[in-house]
Amino acid sequence: MLDVLTGFVAELRAAGLPVSLTESLDAAEAVHHVPLEDRDALKYALAATLVKSATHWKAFETAFEVYFAMRGPQYDIDAEEGTAPGRPDEDGEMPPGEGQGRQGGGGGEGLSPEELAEMLYRALMNANEAQIAALARQAVGRFAGMEPGRPVGGTYYLYRTLRNLDLDGVLERLMESARHDAPEGRLTPLEERLARDEFQSRLDRLRKEIEDEIRRRLVADRGTEALARSLRKPLPEDIDFMHATREELASLRRAIHPLTRKLAVRLARKRRHGRKGPLDFRSTMRHSLSTGGVPVDPKFRYPRPAKPEIIVIADISGSVAAFARFTLHLVHAISSQFSKVRSFVFIDGIDEITRFFDTADDVADAVHRINTEADVVWVDGHSDYGHALSVFWDRWGDEITPRTSVLLLGDARNNYHATQSWVVQEIRHRARHVYWLNPEPRAYWDTGDSVVGEYAVHCDEVFECRNLRQLERFVSELA
Amino acid sequence: MSATDEQSAAPRGGTPTPLGFPEPGPPRFRSVADVRDRLAAVGYLADDGIAGVVYLADRLAKPVLVEGPAGTGKTELAKSVSRVTDSQLIRLQCYEGLDESKALYEWNYKKQLLRIQAQRVVSDAGSEAPPPAAGDGVTGETRTGVAWRDLEEDIFSEEFLLARPLLEAIRSTESVVLLVDEVDRVELETEALLLEVLSEYQVSIPELGTVRAERIPLVFLTSNNTRELSEALKRRCLYLHLDYPTLERERDIVLTRVPGIGAELADQVARIVRSLRTLELKKYPSVSETLDWARTLVVLGVESIDAEQAKATLHVLLKYKSDLERATKELTAVDTKA
Repeated sequence: MLDVLTGFVAELRAAGLPVSLTESLDAAEAVHHVPLEDRDALKYALAATLVKSATHWKAFETAFEVYFAMRGPQYDIDAEEGTAPGRPDEDGEMPPGEGQGRQGGGGGEGLSPEELAEMLYRALMNANEAQIAALARQAVGRFAGMEPGRPVGGTYYLYRTLRNLDLDGVLERLMESARHDAPEGRLTPLEERLARDEFQSRLDRLRKEIEDEIRRRLVADRGTEALARSLRKPLPEDIDFMHATREELASLRRAIHPLTRKLAVRLARKRRHGRKGPLDFRSTMRHSLSTGGVPVDPKFRYPRPAKPEIIVIADISGSVAAFARFTLHLVHAISSQFSKVRSFVFIDGIDEITRFFDTADDVADAVHRINTEADVVWVDGHSDYGHALSVFWDRWGDEITPRTSVLLLGDARNNYHATQSWVVQEIRHRARHVYWLNPEPRAYWDTGDSVVGEYAVHCDEVFECRNLRQLERFVSELA
Repeated sequence: MSATDEQSAAPRGGTPTPLGFPEPGPPRFRSVADVRDRLAAVGYLADDGIAGVVYLADRLAKPVLVEGPAGTGKTELAKSVSRVTDSQLIRLQCYEGLDESKALYEWNYKKQLLRIQAQRVVSDAGSEAPPPAAGDGVTGETRTGVAWRDLEEDIFSEEFLLARPLLEAIRSTESVVLLVDEVDRVELETEALLLEVLSEYQVSIPELGTVRAERIPLVFLTSNNTRELSEALKRRCLYLHLDYPTLERERDIVLTRVPGIGAELADQVARIVRSLRTLELKKYPSVSETLDWARTLVVLGVESIDAEQAKATLHVLLKYKSDLERATKELTAVDTKA
């Protein structure tokens, strides 16, 4: 057990979780107090001692599933099946009417795909969990077409299985029959919505069963450590903006909300404490009377640091759109920490978008409107920093004051247009600070059509800003 | 295996209990199931995770850090545990600017002054010796020196100590549940105050020495996650993330907590709330708001909710205008695909 545990802790560390020595000792002690055959109890005992942040839960869960996948008694048979692919075997535990599909093939034995789909539909209708799990196993065996030894994480197998099951179609069928069962043959919108959510959650459970099953087979095939390595995913704060998948973007969106709240609290606190104002001579003298005129306790004026004004100019062309969105989201969500926030977006044309944030309560709404309403295309919809910047200078240049900090967001991939870097130089003369945030790794700067170097000489500083962690650090230093 | 594995595997022979670590006292719970059943008896429905962590906290004598969105029953958990274990609940509400004298202990300054003055009166009447002035206790005369030392020992004794929640929890001979509420509200530096109490269950008072726990209290810290807590604090705690409950659990909570509610209505309430939580809202309805809503519906005499009634009472669940609008739209709009 101890070996498994140390391996598990090492895996968590490799996945980026900060697990300290005392925490792993705690885990070892906690394991003594829970029944080992109870997998859930073990999971919670380990989670309570090793994982100290809700955002790390997902990484923990994946590692746990891999490391303790086959140690539950009910999964032994699957494990064997996984190590000997292609061998049809019998499984007495499965509900009646279940044949075993041959792994790796379209399998003519047992159920036909239609029958499988029909059983699945019925199991979902009745929310029969045991049967859903069994059918998930069946479906993976039949549709995933797993090839032993291939170093993949299983996403491809999941995709293949789900494609064959056609879950959207199943959902529609379930909804149909729910409507059919309703008294007047139709549902009210509210009932419709509730039924849909209910079926959706059952489908999610099915999906999770399928994922688990694929993982179990992969573990059996390739061993714990190898699989853990290929399943390792970056924590939400380390996800690269430019290469995030759709799921990762969703987890980023979830992560950004608590982050803005934290940032706002931290900045407000920093403003109130931490900075001391200049010496208040009058007050110091007044207080020195009680110590016989000796100024023992110097008094300071209440600090009133000026809130900076922010102008954000963001490139929202395809490659960097996600990055611009998150930065705008973050800056506007903590706009109370700045005296004024104005934002502009461009591709080759430029448009002011502050109004979207003013009217919409919801930042997500505003971001949506930027994508649909802002007028950012001038000629062909390929980034042209030079043109966008010079238009900005002509139309809004006068509004930059010495209190303004200007943030330029983008990868400076200019499609070989003229850079017009004199604009940045002019802005620099007028503004308090000019910062450039580049979502590309530093090694790629100034390669190909990237001209960040030409702008960089006129900026106060250029930051590499590839993930939430770097973005958060920059914003908290800005205010 | 890397070097880190070796490290964590090293103390194989069982760690010796640190010297002076107080006795944990008899275990409060027999098993995880015991925790769950007893909590259910006082109306707190714990899932496996919650019960497991509470059980471990008791066995390992470790504090529990409970984190999660507002209104998911973090504080309620501590209260319920104190109820089932027959313990006194000592609560420390954290806020910005909380300091030692509010959290740990404080010398009863006024009483000390009185004591000194009383001494002066007594010695004036008795021996006409010059009263010892504060600050120069060591005078040439031995008699005053002795008197001063007596006085000093006297005014820095437990009699003049005002115990604040943390010290009170440590000193209690009874079983105690200590609740440190909203620990994320104190500044990072103030967190350090808690560390000694949380890891060693002792409080060091310079004038008096170290006060050790008679019996290790069960400690719960709650946090709304408005800031990242320090590693030092997290390391000393077991971590429990309380999220919104599953459909089944929420329905059961509604059934146990709202008197006079029918099973059908409870089910509907739980379902609608789950649907609301799948929307993108500013603030999701919490469990306590679900309960409020269920109570509202019971008071209004609703047996089964239809869209109109839901729309009319939704403001109990949602506290932002934009959220209300969105929810109304989503719940009552006819599905385009239908």
